[in-house]
Amino acid sequence: MNDDINLSRMRDAAFTEDVEAQSGQKVSDCYQCGNCTAGCPAGFVYDRQVNQIVRAVQLGLKDEALGSRSVWMCLSCSTCSLRCPNNIDVAAVMETLRHMARRENRVAAPKVENFWFSFLDTVRAFGRAYEIGTMALYMLRSLRIFTDLDLAPVVFKKKKLGFMPHVVPHGGAAAVARIMRRYKERAVHERVRP
Amino acid sequence: MTYAYYPGCSAKGSSTDYEKSTQAVCDFLGLTLVEMPDWNCCGSTPAHAVDTELSAALCARNLDIAARQGAEMLLTPCPSCLSNLKHAANRLEKPEFRARVDALLDNPAAGNFPAVTSVMQGIAAHCDVNDIAKHIRKNLKGLKLAAYYGCLMSRPAELMDFGDPENPSLMENLLAACGAEMLDFPLKTACCGASYGIPERAVTARLSGRILKLAACMQADAVAVACPLCQMNLDLRQPQAAKAADAFFNMPVLYFTQIMGLAFGLSPAALGLEKLRVSADSLLRKLEAEGGKS
Repeated sequence: MNDDINLSRMRDAAFTEDVEAQSGQKVSDCYQCGNCTAGCPAGFVYDRQVNQIVRAVQLGLKDEALGSRSVWMCLSCSTCSLRCPNNIDVAAVMETLRHMARRENRVAAPKVENFWFSFLDTVRAFGRAYEIGTMALYMLRSLRIFTDLDLAPVVFKKKKLGFMPHVVPHGGAAAVARIMRRYKERAVHERVRP
Repeated sequence: MTYAYYPGCSAKGSSTDYEKSTQAVCDFLGLTLVEMPDWNCCGSTPAHAVDTELSAALCARNLDIAARQGAEMLLTPCPSCLSNLKHAANRLEKPEFRARVDALLDNPAAGNFPAVTSVMQGIAAHCDVNDIAKHIRKNLKGLKLAAYYGCLMSRPAELMDFGDPENPSLMENLLAACGAEMLDFPLKTACCGASYGIPERAVTARLSGRILKLAACMQADAVAVACPLCQMNLDLRQPQAAKAADAFFNMPVLYFTQIMGLAFGLSPAALGLEKLRVSADSLLRKLEAEGGKS
């Protein structure tokens, strides 16, 4: 028997339920019209189109859904949700899949996650996002030291980015750091990847 | 109405011109914006992409501060902040979710939060389109503009309360009141590529290139925007977008507040026009020429 199409082995019904519960969306309502895919601006860099991801969730094909690069390349623009004739918030489904993939350490687009971490590191440090710091951390993390170097002359000339970080006054920065610390501690306690 | 003003992190970094022109225009119209002193980052896309509860906790601290200072409404110029704050307030209505978020905060958040609204809607609520027309000192007649909202401001419709989620018209109404000719711009709520300019430049370059190409084809004199990230992608990254679109652009991309400020006769310096990568001089010259005609 061809193992590649052994659906009874590959299908995970609990996965479908999990996604529906966590996203609050009834994925089974989807009848595969493809409107989400037709409107998706990031489809050209997806390995599976949005409707295929939804199909994978319907069928309980967990690896197909969580291993996809598409869930990382989704821009969260919600065009899919807006145009779904069954009122499924498809963007919420994509976000749920991203959360699930992250927690299981299945990161199909590490560069994207590195960027998010770099951004959040500056928020942890100062309470407010610090653009140049985000860029510097991202370059270190991803070892891409020439990222956006072409923009540097204009950025410097026009003073486009603030050179100094903005720290939240009145103890606010420490309060934000505490929020992020508690988040991390809880994730560790609940045995998920923060 | 008592407002709390939440500028967002970009206002202190890459979009000081949006902040400056927002303050100048609101001040001119008598809408007082008092910045919340100890606001923090809403977490933007990275926080909600990583975890909904983390994102909501970062937002809840701000909503809580605004509630405790007695504000009836929280105004923010940034669509990403707007979207995150509104989503958080909405999700926090669920007791189980609120309990998990409260556990991340120093103290449980206030029971009731002020409504969160964009500065654009705040301006429109403060003075209607006819009032704005009365404030015009320099009519924008002859300027052809494409209003570009980006993807966050109007979506999801039921939460954002911004009119038709694919065809909002508030920015057109405000700028038309200033005398500008507003194009019927089909990509007004298309995505510009958001923060993927850094990790996945090709995505942002292609999507922003499409928007700029259409604006150029429709002979827009400028694109009017309301989002710091859209502005950065369309202006600062314009050469990258041009390369992706296999075209050359010289398209000024101004915040709608900068354009309104011009109509109110405020100086280019008061509106931070020098921060634009693609100079607005072509607009200023066109306005001078039109002014000479009438």
